[in-house]
This record gives sequence, structure tokens and C-alpha cells, in this order.
Amino acid sequence: MKSIKISVPAIFFIALCLLFLVFSFSIYLKPYSISTFQKNEFELAGKGRLVWQKYNCQACHQLYGLGGYLGPDLTNEFRKLNKNEDALRAFFKGGMKQMPQFNLSKEEEIQLIEFLKSTDATGNADPRKYKILSNGMTEQYEK
Amino acid sequence: MKSKVKNPGKQFIVLALFLLSIGLIAGVLSGLIYIVPEFLKESLGFISLRPLHVSSVMFWIIIGATGCVYSGMWYLARKPVIKVLSKIQMAMWLIALIGIYGSYLTGNFGGREYWEFNPVWALPIALSWVVFLVGFISMAKSIKRWPVYVWMWLTGIIFFLFIFSENYLWIFPYFRENFVTDMTIQWKVNGSLVGSLNQLLYGTSFFLMDRISKNENAKIGFSKLAFGMYFLGLTNLMFNWGHHIYNLPTDNYIRYVAYIVSMTEWIFFVKIIYNWKKQLTEFKTYYSFFPYRFLMATEFWVFVNMGQAILMSIPVLNLYTHGTHVTVAHSMGTTIGINSMILLAAGFMFLIPKTEQTNKPARILSIAYWSLQISLVLLFVSLDIAGFKKGQWQLDPNQSSFGTMMETLRPWFILLVISGIGIMSSFTVFIVYLLKKVLKNGK
Repeated sequence: MKSIKISVPAIFFIALCLLFLVFSFSIYLKPYSISTFQKNEFELAGKGRLVWQKYNCQACHQLYGLGGYLGPDLTNEFRKLNKNEDALRAFFKGGMKQMPQFNLSKEEEIQLIEFLKSTDATGNADPRKYKILSNGMTEQYEK
Repeated sequence: MKSKVKNPGKQFIVLALFLLSIGLIAGVLSGLIYIVPEFLKESLGFISLRPLHVSSVMFWIIIGATGCVYSGMWYLARKPVIKVLSKIQMAMWLIALIGIYGSYLTGNFGGREYWEFNPVWALPIALSWVVFLVGFISMAKSIKRWPVYVWMWLTGIIFFLFIFSENYLWIFPYFRENFVTDMTIQWKVNGSLVGSLNQLLYGTSFFLMDRISKNENAKIGFSKLAFGMYFLGLTNLMFNWGHHIYNLPTDNYIRYVAYIVSMTEWIFFVKIIYNWKKQLTEFKTYYSFFPYRFLMATEFWVFVNMGQAILMSIPVLNLYTHGTHVTVAHSMGTTIGINSMILLAAGFMFLIPKTEQTNKPARILSIAYWSLQISLVLLFVSLDIAGFKKGQWQLDPNQSSFGTMMETLRPWFILLVISGIGIMSSFTVFIVYLLKKVLKNGK
């Protein structure tokens, strides 16, 4: 029987790939830990995420500092508008400066608002609400 | 040993040059919207122009890198390249590009940042990559002992395919409905995808260096140091992406892994400084040879961008720069200063026949080269300063409104647009020159 000879770079490559897969799956499995109650709650927000993408809100806006740079970060916009859903609707419809007016359907409005509520509920994206640890890491201290 | 089949990589590099042209025009138009808010608002608007710019530049890099890998393997492989497979791959890219640009021009979005097009067009891209992998393996099988750049190309192709598929996990509600996990995966993808493209491009850079250098001792294809650097790059591709999401309330182990792994980049940084003097001598020797001149520009921009990237990877400093134009400066610096310089070096090497490669380049090329470097320095500085100012605003206890803060950045946005025009003009000189050469010499 012919023996297979594996080169040293191949061994390192395979070992690193295995580590990477373990790391990746540890992330993929996270939603499993969510309760059924929360899953139902997040269904509408998940649809809102699709509305966010459909109207390409990410071109200008950020979530946790990730996204476009033309408009403000919207992670906690719901909170900033005193949890006023009508104020959010007014922004969608009215537009401002570079932001065009969007003609969202009623259903899309509800879903997008639910999405922005859910981002707000995850924490606080304001850099002033982070503390600096002695090892140089940062941590959110105020939700 | 050369095969008798024509280099199939050329067609990809030519297509990539066309996409770069679109990316440059859309980039300048997008920049204008920062200083003239109503500009094109009623037609394309920033919503279409930004993806047109970002995706076109991404495709310039992805398709250009594909062309480089094909060209390199065309030189190395002992049997003819799989001609049919490269044609199938090109056809799939063309289908995808027609769909994607149609998607952007009609406002039919639905995808994620950098991939905003209707997700259906991701399918031909993924399939084209499967074809690429099959073609690459069939070519690489004939090489007995792989130099480091063949390893890097294989790594880049495999990981691009894996990560590009991971990029579409959001279509499943299981992932999409958990915001923090979804964002974690999204930025895992964005970080690692850049890493996989770097493998393709840095592999090309090593390949070009080996071909240019006449000093046998300086060849790096089989050096232990080059393999060491390759594995360090691979580790960073896999685990370094977490520095994008220090602010996201994800698990601590993800953030700490990124923090620790990103600090290994100091090794690259120190190596660049260590090699500086030796490379300066080489630079003087080969200065007139354009592919080498672009590779030297790459070295400079790697130094600048890596220095900034390492600092941005320290969480306490990241808190100041995250979500600001400092991040844009970094991505512009890497896509233009590093990726595009390698691709232009490859363009001059692969698109121009050896008999026409000269050590006495036209004056216009030298002017364009330096105007590109100077314009990029100005672009980098304007974005960094705008970013630092926004960073200050983000941490100001008496924060003004977002609109007021953006008004204070206006002078830096004007400089951004001027330098952007400089970059576009300089690139145009190289694009026209290379395309003229291709037309003159036939396919």
C-alpha cells in the first residue's frame, strides 16, 4: 500500500484550519442558547433587518460604529428619540439633507422600528459609556 | 516552464481595469456629496453611488487578483492551464457583474455592506470561485515542490470561498434574528475576506519579486522566513478580525483572541524596518523598472497602514478611532496603496510583452506615479484628521449635534475630494497606457 507523505507546511495548514473551524462554530452555535420566547420576539426584528438592507440604510448609517459615515449611528436612535415611534416614522418619510424620502409600506415601517428597538436593547454604542481596563481592553459599563 | 497556451490571466486583469475606472468615477462623485449634499440626490444619490464605488473597487481587487494567480500559474505549471475553466469563470463573473450593476442602478438592494446587491447575484460569484479552485488544483498538481506563493494562492482561494459563503448566513433567520451574533459573523467575514485577498495579492508580490530579482540568494519562494510570515498572515486572517467589534457586546473570548493575535503584527512591522536599508539599495537598482517601482510603493504603504492598524487594534485606542474616518483612511490606504500597487505591478509585468518592458519609462508614467503617491498621502491625511476630529466629538461630554460636527469637517472633505480627483487622474494614465498596450499586442 502506497503511503501518503504530507509536507510540513501542509501539517501546519491543516492544524490552523481545524482551529479556525472550531472557533467559527463556537460563534455559529450562539443563537442556540436563546430561549423560545426571545426567538419569537426577534422574528419581527429579523424582518426589520431585511428592510434595513432593502433600503440600504447601511450606506450612510452605522450600528455599533459599523457602516457608513455620512449619517449618525442609529444603534440607540430609538432611545435618543425618547422611544417615540412616530418620530422614527417622520424620519423615514421626511428625509433630510442627503437622506431621501423613503416610501416604506406600513408593514416595513413596523419591522424597521422593531429592528431599531432590538439594536437599542442590546446595549449602548456611545463610546463614552465604555470603561478602560488595566490590560488595555474596553468594556461597556452602561447599557 | 511556459505553456504554449496564451496567458488566461490577462482577460481578468483587463476586466479589472475597467471596473477600477467605474470605481474611481463613483468614488469622486460620492465624495462630492459630502460637500454638496443635494448633488445627484434625486437620481442616483449616495445610496447607489457608495455601493457602486465600493463594490467596483472590491471587484478590481478580486478579479485583478484572479488574473494574477492565473498569470503566475501560467509561468509555473508544467501543463497547459485549463483554458475552458478560465472561460467559464469569466462568463460567470460577467453574468454576476451585469446583475450587480443593474441591481445598483435600479436601486434593487437587499445585501449587506460592501455586497449591497440582490443576493441572487452572489451565486454566480460563488460558482466562479469553485471553478477557480478546481482549475488551480489541477494546475498546482504538476508542481512538485510548492513555493510559498503557491501556498498563499491556494489559501486565498479556499478561504475566499469559505468566507464568501459565510457572508450569506444571514439569509437564514437562525442567524439574522440574533443581532449580536449576526453582526459578529458579518465582521468576521469582512475581516477575514480582506485576509484571503491579501494572501492572493501578497503571494503575487512574492512571485513578482522572485521574477524581478536577479540575485539568486534574494529569492524568497522557499525561504523559511517567507513560510513563517505566511503562517503568521494566515493566523491573522483567521483570528484577527475581532478588532472591528471591540464595541459590540459579544463574548469576551472573541475580543481577547483578536487583541492578542493582532499584536503579532508587530513582527511584520519590525521586519519591514529591519529590511529597510537593504531594500533601499535594491530600489536604487531597479527604480526605472515599473513593476518594481510599484512594489516599492507597496512596501511604503504596508509600513504606514500596518503602523496605523496595529494602533487601531489596541482596544483603548480603538475606542477613539472606531466609527470614524480613521477607519476609512486605513481601508483607502490598503486598497489603493497596497492592493492596487501590487495589481499595477502585475499589470505592467503580465500585460506588456517582455520585449517591450523597458528601463526607460515614458515621462508621463513617472509623473502619474508620483502624483498618485502624493494624492494618496493627502487623501490619507484628510481622512485621518476628519477621523480624529470625529473621535474627539464622540467622546466629548458636551457633544454638539451630528450635523454641526460634520460641518466642522468640511475643509477636510474638500481636501478629500481634491486628492480623490488626483488619484483618479493618475490611475487613468496607467489604465489607458495598459489598455493601449493590450490593444496593440492583441489578446
